[in-house]
Amino acid sequence: MTRLLELLINGVSLGAVYALIALGFVVIFRATEVVNFAHASLLLLGGYVTAVLHDDLGFLGALAVGVAAAALCGAFLEFVLLRRAKARRDVVAIATVGIDIVLTAELTRRIGTGVLSLGDPWHNSVVHIGGVTIAQTRIAALLTAAVLIGAFLAAFKYTSWGVSMRAVAEDSETAALMGIRLGRVSMSAWCVAGALAAVAAVFITAFPTPGLDRTTSVAALKAFPAAILGGLDSTTGALVGGLLIGLTESLVGGYQDDLSFLGRGLGDVAPYAVMVAVLLLRPAGLFGTREVSRV
Amino acid sequence: MTTLAVRDLTVAYGRSVRALRRVSLEVPAGEIVAVLGSNGAGKTTIMRAISGTLRFHRAAIESGEISYGERRLTGAPAHRAVAAGVVQAPEGRRVFARLTVEENLRAGALGAARGAAGRRDRVFELFPVLAERRGQRAALLSGGEQQMLAMGRALMAAPKVLLLDEPTLGLAPLMAERIAETIREINRQGTSVLLVEQNAALALRLAGTAYVLDVGEVALHGPAAELAASDEVRRRYLGVTEEAGPLDAAPRRTLARWSA
Repeated sequence: MTRLLELLINGVSLGAVYALIALGFVVIFRATEVVNFAHASLLLLGGYVTAVLHDDLGFLGALAVGVAAAALCGAFLEFVLLRRAKARRDVVAIATVGIDIVLTAELTRRIGTGVLSLGDPWHNSVVHIGGVTIAQTRIAALLTAAVLIGAFLAAFKYTSWGVSMRAVAEDSETAALMGIRLGRVSMSAWCVAGALAAVAAVFITAFPTPGLDRTTSVAALKAFPAAILGGLDSTTGALVGGLLIGLTESLVGGYQDDLSFLGRGLGDVAPYAVMVAVLLLRPAGLFGTREVSRV
Repeated sequence: MTTLAVRDLTVAYGRSVRALRRVSLEVPAGEIVAVLGSNGAGKTTIMRAISGTLRFHRAAIESGEISYGERRLTGAPAHRAVAAGVVQAPEGRRVFARLTVEENLRAGALGAARGAAGRRDRVFELFPVLAERRGQRAALLSGGEQQMLAMGRALMAAPKVLLLDEPTLGLAPLMAERIAETIREINRQGTSVLLVEQNAALALRLAGTAYVLDVGEVALHGPAAELAASDEVRRRYLGVTEEAGPLDAAPRRTLARWSA
């Protein structure tokens, strides 16, 4: 029973981090109709900058720079791909695949074979609640993600930025007729997505994961099924999808020994299996409103 | 007084399809100006050119000029036109269906944030039904209510010139009449209006001046009352024939109208 509880809490915490990343996907897709395959490398960039700087600047300072770097990189991609090139949206999506490869290759070259610590203050401490043992990083991840997601959703609902974002998502030409500047909306979306990814990098690499290494972007990619199965154009979908993927990974990984007839490493595959299963039943995702046929 | 002026405007979609040829028109301050014409005459293209949304349709201005007073709007992005006070309520209403009525109005004010609260009160005064339904999603409104919302949303941007593209399209006659009444009221409060309409009778009643477009060119223009009285407009756009003859003569006249 305690084992199940631990796995559930870990799964929710992991899911909250995936939700942060998936939210970035969704924001970019809603504002610009581009599926950003370079998202994992934005996360890697944020994590790498944080890891390199935390000795000099301290954890929070380094994280701030990392977040800024990822946000700027997102804005730069928006500028180059959408503002300058004016390519079709599906072409841009393919271009992001290429950018992802280049960025990830360069970052893994710099990281090399090492494992970098991001210098988070929680290290490997654990808390005992009742009989349940939970890593502090998991609790920090859950709280941080909850605060950020809450702030994001509030901004999305109540601020002018949120209204313009939703208006553009629904009908960009009419939004332009209202004097909304589409370029600003789309750039802000890429910035926000980059920033959220950089924060997620901290918790994807923190204990019990050893640290930032060349496999981090693969871990980050799991947010992709989260966004897809939630429905690419739904913020609620990103949250539910993130939690679903987090729980699946945690539970399947935890009970791996009982599932050994399916082979090892099932925890890594399970998120994608869940995605396929959901898409078979609901092609637009759980909360999506349109099927993505353009990608 | 500030005039919205279009001079010798030529617009092409892609490289070959020319939708407008050297079209000139003027909307003097405080006036209602109507643009009439059949489908494909280029009415909506004029609207797009003025409000800077041709690029959404792979179209561009080839030559000519658009200006509002001293400000040159030729080829400017949409937000520049809005900032200058030239705001369009698009054809087919195009309300943001998943946003509430209130959020739609808020979106309308994003290009001109100052004084938005006062303008919202004015919109609610003009369209009381929007105040009643402020919390509802726009998708749940009726067609007439959506048209009111589209006009209210455009008013939120503090227009000095309001561009209305087919505001009565697909509405019941009674609702069309109410929209017409509101257009007159908006104009009375000091906003010039450029009105594109297929309902020529209604447009000519509202407008002071009218232009008739035919396949991308201005075929006729002048005071609306004169146009309404002219034979050609009566025959082609008002569906009025010379002699209100007996029923048995009707089929031949209908044929003549179609072949015109």
